[in-house]
Amino acid sequence: MNFLNCALPIAVLAPFLGALVVASLGAFHRAAPAWVAALSAFSALLVLIPAISGVIAGETMIQSWSWVPSVGLAFAFRLDGLSLMFTLMILVIGLLVILYAGYYLSPKDSTVRFFSSLLLFMGAMLGVVLSENLLLLLVFWELTALSSFLLISFWQHRKDARHGARMALAVTGMGGLALLGGVLMLGQIVGSYNLTDVLAAGEIIRAHEWYLPMLILILIGVFTKSAQFPFHFWLPHAMAAPTPVSSYLHSATMVKAGIFLLARFFPVLSGTSEWMWIVGTAGMLTLLLGAFVALFQHDLKGLLAYSTISHLGLITLLFGLGTPLAAVAALFHIINHATFKASLFMVAGIIDHETGSRDMRKLNGLLKFLPHTSILAIIAASAMAGVPLLNGFLSKEMFFDQAVVASGASSWALAIPVLATLAAIFSVAYSLRFVHDVFFNGEPVGLPRVPHEPPRYMRIPVDFLVIICLGVGILPALTVGPLLASASEATLQGKAPYYSLAIWHGFNLPLMMSFLALVGGGVVYIFRRRLFMWNERYLAHVDARIAYNGLLRGLNLMASAITRRFDKRSLQHTLAWTLGVAGLAAVAGFVSMDSPLFGDRELMDFDPVATIAFGGLMVASVVTVVMHRQRMVSLITLGVVGLLVSLGFSKFSAPDLALTQLSVEIVTVVLLMLALFFLPQSTVPISTRSRQFRDVILATGIGSGAALLTMAVLTRDLSPISGFFLQNSVPGGGGTNVVNVILVDFRGFDTLGEIVVLSIAGLGIVALLQKINLHAAETDLEGRRWNTDAHPLILQNLSRLLFPLMILIAAFIFLRGHNLPGGGFIAGLVAALAIVLQYLGNGIQWTSARIRTDMHKVIASGLFFAIGTGLVSILLRYPFLTSAFTYLKWPVVGKFEVASAMIFDLGVFLVVVGATVMILVELGKVNLLQARPGNQSKGGR
Amino acid sequence: METLVATSVGVMTACGVYLVLRASTFPVVVGLTLLSYAVNVFLFSMGRLKVGAPAVIDPAAEGYSDPLPQALVLTAIVIAFAMTAFVIVLALKARDELGNDHVDGAGGKLSSDEGGEA
Repeated sequence: MNFLNCALPIAVLAPFLGALVVASLGAFHRAAPAWVAALSAFSALLVLIPAISGVIAGETMIQSWSWVPSVGLAFAFRLDGLSLMFTLMILVIGLLVILYAGYYLSPKDSTVRFFSSLLLFMGAMLGVVLSENLLLLLVFWELTALSSFLLISFWQHRKDARHGARMALAVTGMGGLALLGGVLMLGQIVGSYNLTDVLAAGEIIRAHEWYLPMLILILIGVFTKSAQFPFHFWLPHAMAAPTPVSSYLHSATMVKAGIFLLARFFPVLSGTSEWMWIVGTAGMLTLLLGAFVALFQHDLKGLLAYSTISHLGLITLLFGLGTPLAAVAALFHIINHATFKASLFMVAGIIDHETGSRDMRKLNGLLKFLPHTSILAIIAASAMAGVPLLNGFLSKEMFFDQAVVASGASSWALAIPVLATLAAIFSVAYSLRFVHDVFFNGEPVGLPRVPHEPPRYMRIPVDFLVIICLGVGILPALTVGPLLASASEATLQGKAPYYSLAIWHGFNLPLMMSFLALVGGGVVYIFRRRLFMWNERYLAHVDARIAYNGLLRGLNLMASAITRRFDKRSLQHTLAWTLGVAGLAAVAGFVSMDSPLFGDRELMDFDPVATIAFGGLMVASVVTVVMHRQRMVSLITLGVVGLLVSLGFSKFSAPDLALTQLSVEIVTVVLLMLALFFLPQSTVPISTRSRQFRDVILATGIGSGAALLTMAVLTRDLSPISGFFLQNSVPGGGGTNVVNVILVDFRGFDTLGEIVVLSIAGLGIVALLQKINLHAAETDLEGRRWNTDAHPLILQNLSRLLFPLMILIAAFIFLRGHNLPGGGFIAGLVAALAIVLQYLGNGIQWTSARIRTDMHKVIASGLFFAIGTGLVSILLRYPFLTSAFTYLKWPVVGKFEVASAMIFDLGVFLVVVGATVMILVELGKVNLLQARPGNQSKGGR
Repeated sequence: METLVATSVGVMTACGVYLVLRASTFPVVVGLTLLSYAVNVFLFSMGRLKVGAPAVIDPAAEGYSDPLPQALVLTAIVIAFAMTAFVIVLALKARDELGNDHVDGAGGKLSSDEGGEA
């Protein structure tokens, strides 16, 4: 297969694989994780390179594999202009961040954890932008939230990091939930979750009655992820992350995921007034708020965070305007913002790294300490402010142009260019503050150390990004032109409108707005002190976080109030509720049934013996309840019930069940008896009358329901699926006992699961009984002391005599199991009984000295045989647990069948023996410990 | 005859439910065991009742009972035993650590409202 046919999944999975490698091997050398990370990002880039030229030419590459077609999930990927643009940003900026982080992290930070989380995040982002299937996209979307949580909380010891990460996860996770709902609705409207189908169904979607709720849900997902008002507040708190993380997540990737969805769904969702109002308003508010608040931040990263919010608002607003040209401008600004913001974050990191502070009130005049870095920062900040000859200027011009175009729509819309200019003024002001406050403006104040230039390789990523800012700013058509063109076509799903990427468009309104913004920004900056004082007095304490915390607290209180209402911390209470509700559901089922309650199947005649047996069963059950306070009595009647059940099985043609039930019954009664030794011999009546009455009513109701349901089934005819098993048991499984063949062959995997459960229960019991300290009653109910005699002589001798016979019977039952009633389960129980009988008859010390086998090992070997049989069939290239059989002729025995299922059954046998004996003997040993000499009165029974 | 089996399932269920709702651990374990009998017989009867027709392939046989519910119930019996064993040992452990055999480990002391009583 040509690997290009699966290049997209390879590219998406490469970072995940890298994360795995880093996590498992990264501890060998401190620098190794960074290299592995760079290598995975680079290889992802490499496999995509052959596809680039085609995509730029307008092709859409789709690589799809069926996954769960019944729910519309496909393992499908798509590379078109839009995804290519995002993929390149994710990978290229990702590579730069990896290089940068390699120098940024201090020796105390775990590089393994950092780079594996970063790679997880990178893979998830690639998955988001490259998914063709929307359900797959959602999976990756959630993964970005989870992995960004790991990244933001990287410095786990810091409270602000933990809080910030949790807030980001809560907000974006809530958005993810909304998005899930929206996408499911979208898929229902279109009838497919494939982007190709969705993108072709714009008309249907916009005309559908679900359009508005679906749009709102999707937009909540988008706005939370892309930090749009009113969900913007998590982003500044996420600045507690290490700076390389901020630089990656908050410039090019995580927050752009929401924007990406806006672009992706632009052709199908936009063009309605709802879209324009919701997206446009949110974008405009975010743009203004972010730009305004950014000016007042003293923390370098805080300023950049709010500036990011503002720029995301700008992009959202552009999409909200809804025109094709606005979409092109939005895409262009996505690229530009990613480059200058990533480099500015890196600069902030360098400054923090070199000076030990990010406070702009302390950082002054750094130009002479960090000349090279300062120049880079000044260029990038100018791009952010929209200074000509830099990339930010070009997209901002396009934005102004579109704002002016949009203003013609109504008198309200006149506000758009005005507000846009106002935001731009603040944008210039905070950029100016970033440059002037940090690099000029006197001398540094009280810095922990004298700053100097960072290591050369830490600066190279910034160099690279600033060169892109300049290159795009000066020669836009040559550098970014083709990529932008193909991204625009992919976003618009058609021909892009005419646009010019020139620097000079003549004297027009947008240029005037840019000029106004630059001058206005300067003026605002000059009068900043007055603004700062005003802000300090009226606005500084306003924080969406307070509302968020209040909301969270309220939710918690509500949840615990509801829980308290239903959960009284009482098992009885909970059980009564559960059973009551189940009973009501059953009643509802009976009532809503159309057909008559009973069918017309011919019933069997009463048979006197069976009538007596079942009558006895019912009487014994009732006696168990009536006498339940006298525990020993109720235990005996419980045994009677079990024995009668096994008689019932044998009556109704289920010999295997009868044998199993019989042997399990004995084991259960022995077990409960052993346990009863340590429990009160009688139950003190503590239930109130009313409680007892309620329980009787509940029990009678549920019992009647069960009886009616059984009767309803038994009076109806059956078309079973068992014909297959009956027909294939001999030819396919090589055994005539169909029940056993089902257990060890047809449904062998189920049986494997069951013996594993049995083993775990046995081990769990051993664990529970460790260091248990119990006190047994000294007398029975009538005040008689326990008998402390040695083990009864008759039982002793008989049990020794019976042992070989019982083992022989077990072997016999085991061997014939495939063809006649019997098999591993029953044989195992019989053998276990034989061993337990020795313990009962001869005491633990005597028996332990003779049966030295460790039951843990018996269980383990049983699982080994059972799983081994399955693995051998895999080795022979058959599905797991396929069985084979053949017939051998033995000299004396005659024709004899050998089936691999026998070995599986042997495994079952061993597990049953091991677990059963282990459970009983461990419990018996507790008895022994309590009955040591000195505790004479607590002797064994 | 079917009526007998159905009634037995009902009686075992009712007795099991009543015992499961008791406040001490031992009756609850006995109740669980009764309930598992009821469930096993219920599941078994889903294959309908037949007399004298075990699911052992024999050319002379006239018909077979449904082997599938039987296979399911067979393992269910063994698993029910494991569960009973686990729960009773849990009850012992609770008695050891909490000093009483109340299902909530409280003996009605912790919560005085109706949830705490037996």
